Amino acid sequence: MSIWFPRLASDVSLRRHPVEGPFALTLRAGNADHLHCVNPAAMTLGLARGMALADARAICPDLVTRPADLVAEAAALGHLRRWASRYAPMVARDGADGLMADISGVPHLFGGEEALRDDLHARMERAGLAVVSAVAGTRGAAHGLARHGGGGVIADGKLAEGIGPLPVAALRIDQATAEGLSRVGLNRIADLLPLPRAPLARRFGAGLVLRLDQALGAQTEPVAAEADAPHFGVRMTLPEPIGKQEDVMAGLARLLDRLCARLALHQMGARRLRLDLRRVDRATVQLDIGLAQAMRDPLRIAALFRRGIDEVDAGFGIDALRLCAPVTEPLAPAQLTSGQLTPAQLTSGQPAPQDGVADLVTRLGNRLGFDAIQRLAPAESLIPERSFLTLPTAYSAPAARPRRPRHRPLILFPPEPVTAHGQPPARFRWRRMSFTTLRATGPERISPEWWFDDPAWRTGLRDYWRIDTREGPRLWLFQTPQTPGWYAQGEFA
Amino acid sequence: MKMLRDAAVSADPLALLPARVHEVQGPGRRAFGLLQAARRKGPVFWIMPAHQPEGPMLWGLPEGLSDRLHLVRARGETDLLWATEEALRSAEVAMVLAEPEKPLGLTAGRRLQLAAEAGRTLGLMLIREGQGSNATETRWHAAALPSDRADSTLLRWSLIKNKSGTLGDWTVGWDGKAADVHLVSPTGQRCQPAQTPG
Repeated sequence: MSIWFPRLASDVSLRRHPVEGPFALTLRAGNADHLHCVNPAAMTLGLARGMALADARAICPDLVTRPADLVAEAAALGHLRRWASRYAPMVARDGADGLMADISGVPHLFGGEEALRDDLHARMERAGLAVVSAVAGTRGAAHGLARHGGGGVIADGKLAEGIGPLPVAALRIDQATAEGLSRVGLNRIADLLPLPRAPLARRFGAGLVLRLDQALGAQTEPVAAEADAPHFGVRMTLPEPIGKQEDVMAGLARLLDRLCARLALHQMGARRLRLDLRRVDRATVQLDIGLAQAMRDPLRIAALFRRGIDEVDAGFGIDALRLCAPVTEPLAPAQLTSGQLTPAQLTSGQPAPQDGVADLVTRLGNRLGFDAIQRLAPAESLIPERSFLTLPTAYSAPAARPRRPRHRPLILFPPEPVTAHGQPPARFRWRRMSFTTLRATGPERISPEWWFDDPAWRTGLRDYWRIDTREGPRLWLFQTPQTPGWYAQGEFA
Repeated sequence: MKMLRDAAVSADPLALLPARVHEVQGPGRRAFGLLQAARRKGPVFWIMPAHQPEGPMLWGLPEGLSDRLHLVRARGETDLLWATEEALRSAEVAMVLAEPEKPLGLTAGRRLQLAAEAGRTLGLMLIREGQGSNATETRWHAAALPSDRADSTLLRWSLIKNKSGTLGDWTVGWDGKAADVHLVSPTGQRCQPAQTPG
């Protein structure tokens, strides 16, 4: 069965925000807006898909338009594909606005093919989507009948008669082939059928013959239904509401066992988890936790939920739990080496040493935000501020620090002005303290990166000095020769 | 426990007692903390206020510390103390450095001690002068000293409070790279007589 949604994009858009009168979605191609999808009111006025928006406005000044959203359209088709699985086990996308369902052995459940189509049309009409459907013995025939013949049912064994009156374009051939066929007077599929195949293939390519064979069933063409993305969500409904914390934890443990088994089956690990607790009064409490690394260990995850569950207001009780993993990452099974876990740890479920830090990062990150836990990573730049990066620990791997011979301070801070004279200064004030220079090492000139406009480096070149003071502190000072001034930027040990 | 404590203290006067929280103040407190962190193995968490401008510079850190140092930026004092307690409670963390902004109360200090004992983790609070808690195991004062030679970095570390031992002053030379320091003899206790000028 082929299901075609002739106005999928505009129907989906109008479902959310209905509009009276002519309406169209526009798509920008090159420098001009074109109509992408029009509603029936606009169609009666003579507007059509592909027409320039300026022309359409000339024809119909009160046309309401919205920009087309191809992603939302594809998502809507994906949802329809999932929904259409109520009619057939295998449903595939067919182009950008159609579905192809393999309904072999299904129609009798609905009382016949016509009844099945009626059911589909009634439901789609309620949903506000225009639909054309066709049932035929082959994919090609159903597709052609839905898109070019207005839909219907082709009975078994009558394929040739059924698709005969359709134009040749219904065979899913490209535009050039269809034009070539019409130029030699072959307008309908019925005109092609009695012709000898060899000259046809020689003149118009093997594709035409293949499509013809597929439409007539001489060549098999299965419905290639895409695999559903695994859904990582489990739920539990309770006969009696629960309110105690340990009861919720026990329910969560059961859900986690199921979810983690499913994650393990697909070799995935959860990166975010969401627990919905539905209370008796229909209010829902949502608990979100992020994980510092992908994991699927029920005991460790349960421990991370404990703090959130402590704070939940159970009200009159909780009667349903739902746990899902919105963000997952591939997590290959890891081999446990003997050094990682002792048998006692294995049986007691204690985490391995390297997991303890990840658990800590998870706990900290869920309260402070995962961006607040950082590690330092080397960078290429020689500019002190950009010679290293602070990356979130949860989303980066530790990086070894290559050797750089230059002497750098232990502590770095944004440049602070220093009142100083001389080069290097014999005496200066920094943070309202007076210092006397004991020894000055330098200068080391660092020039700004001209390809990167950094406001802090607009003062130009910097001559860095290490100043050992008589008072003790060893400071990293720099002078900007182009705009005279001294600044302190770091402190040595 | 008592034996372990004595052994640890007697072996190295600058070693901090494990599984306890210590404090360090003075202008050289961050260098003191990073050097102590470099002296032990395992992950190090440095918890600091989010708005603090000073931070560690990767290329100036002692050897072997950069890839196991984690910075935690806490938005408030409560978050900072909570993060410190969580990190101390975690058994896999080797050392926790924390920079509280306000004076630590006795309750907070005691809680941190209990967390450190539970996780067998060493804690070091980098405090401002006079803002310590009485619950601390030791309190140090760290400051840089001017030195005559260009290649030596002299630091003065004074133990100004000690719950289980005596106080002391050490002058320490550190090259800023390796994890070890050498003790510099006080000027009055030279083995050989100082050379007379001229």
